[in-house]
Amino acid sequence: MSKLHSLILSVGLIAGTSAQAQLKIEIAGISANQIPIAVAMFADEGVAPADVSDIIRADLERSGIFKVIDGVAVLSETAIIDHAQWKSRGADALVVGSVKKLADGRIEVRYKLHDTVRSTQLSALTLSKDARFTRVVAHKIADDIYEKMTGTRGAFATRVAYVNENRGERDYRLEIADADGESVQVAVRSKEPIISPSWSPDGGKVAYVSFEQRKPVIYVQDLVTGGRKIIVNEKGSNSAPSWAPDGSKLTVALSKDGNTQVYGVNADGSGLRRLSNSSGIDTEPQYSADGETIYFTSDRSGGPQIYKMSASGGNATRVTFNGSYNISPRVSSDGKTLAWISQRDGGYSLYAMDLASGQELRLAEQATEPSFSPNGKYIMYATKTGGRTSLAVVSVDGRVKQRLTTKAGNIREPNWGPFMN
Amino acid sequence: MRNFKSLAFIVTSAALLSACSTPMKTEVAPVETRTTEVPKGAPAEPREVATVTAPAVDPLNDPKGVLAKRSVYFDYDSYVVRDDGKSVVESHSGYLNKNKGRKVLIQGNTDERGGTEYNLALGQKRAEAVRKSMAALGVPESQMEAVSLGEEKPKAIGSGEAAWAENRRADIVY
Repeated sequence: MSKLHSLILSVGLIAGTSAQAQLKIEIAGISANQIPIAVAMFADEGVAPADVSDIIRADLERSGIFKVIDGVAVLSETAIIDHAQWKSRGADALVVGSVKKLADGRIEVRYKLHDTVRSTQLSALTLSKDARFTRVVAHKIADDIYEKMTGTRGAFATRVAYVNENRGERDYRLEIADADGESVQVAVRSKEPIISPSWSPDGGKVAYVSFEQRKPVIYVQDLVTGGRKIIVNEKGSNSAPSWAPDGSKLTVALSKDGNTQVYGVNADGSGLRRLSNSSGIDTEPQYSADGETIYFTSDRSGGPQIYKMSASGGNATRVTFNGSYNISPRVSSDGKTLAWISQRDGGYSLYAMDLASGQELRLAEQATEPSFSPNGKYIMYATKTGGRTSLAVVSVDGRVKQRLTTKAGNIREPNWGPFMN
Repeated sequence: MRNFKSLAFIVTSAALLSACSTPMKTEVAPVETRTTEVPKGAPAEPREVATVTAPAVDPLNDPKGVLAKRSVYFDYDSYVVRDDGKSVVESHSGYLNKNKGRKVLIQGNTDERGGTEYNLALGQKRAEAVRKSMAALGVPESQMEAVSLGEEKPKAIGSGEAAWAENRRADIVY
């Protein structure tokens, strides 16, 4: 367990040596020692619909990597900063800024990040967006802070897709929310189930499975226009869509030839081709980050296990060996970690495996349908407790956990979207 | 859908009945019509009896018939049609063989335990088992489609063996 943990950390260290090397070394101790940071109230932030500094504080706190120091008054980005004084207050970094309403209705946020230890300015940004997207601006600043302090790109400004269902009312919704669960928008509303949403790599479309035709059929929907199209509706069941990293094609699971098998299809629905070949079940295909490998679940050896094969199909190699029920493979964006669900001792748990060493780590219990954050640092999953399903997030080292709560219904099938500008 | 079918049946039956009644109407038709018929032969013999056959009730719509049973149940982690499901498969195969215009959707289901997509594939395995049994009894592929609803449309709500057993099922849907 600790081996995988330190492995992930050292990988992070190597990957991030290009910038902020000195701060990065502190990552090794982060899980035990959080980075103490002060986030001032931004000057005039009341002109925006939401308090930018509040959102930044919440993001940083949720990451588990920062310890946010309370009780900081208003400080704009133009204020003269006494680094030594902030250092003595226990802050290794200080965030200051201001908000302005522009004549065209947009809001403009200026911010600066100070390193109080080395007495330097680490970053400065000016961002402007329609006032409706105040939260996005705040998340982008949090992303910048996260990246400057850890060397890893932040994922606060990303979005997630999930299914909100109320079976009794026959109310099924595919919803899109910010990664913190706020700003919920309904992409699809249906009387029949919806499962398996999958973001296109550009963040503009979502593929999903809808049962509105009394059977599972795969749709791709443009989120902005609401235009949608069936991309696969073969005889039998059509499910488990997953995009190739370049967005040109998807891999899907179809039963057109009998039992469920893995196929490839172009993003416009053309060029359907079979990729896997077994007499049993092959399903839940997922491209690796480089697009060259497909991981999938197969019962060819008896119970379900995870296998991999070339993205063009052919022979498969078994990946999981512990436990008799291993499903739902997902690969991190750096290609180094596999997350999946394993049934051990009765329950379904979320596991992560370092693919190079095969070392396994149990991250969470009562978990299904995992999905990596685009920076590979967190995994969102569905968790069933007390008869209700909700979403939760765990860091890949297993140390930070949060629950995304909602008011009503069952929330399941999370899929974490890509980085977006 | 079933309601629609029954409605279609009633409409058809009504059409048949009105067709049968047409000759009776000509008996009481206006004089000019009768004058054209009379030269054909002798006047109608009052002792003759025309037989009317009432249309048979489609056995599919008989709520007490064997075709009213449309669910095939499976054991835990099993994808083989049990003995108690064989009569269901046989009666529907017989009906489909006699009614070539009819098509069925065989919807496989699973209980709630496990992953969404793997359960969908397991439900497909159950639908496939029923489809293969029906194919073995001569039902052509063109009349059947095996699909899965996985764990998404449970018949029995809740957890526990009773609910799970009810949901390990394939339904034959016309």
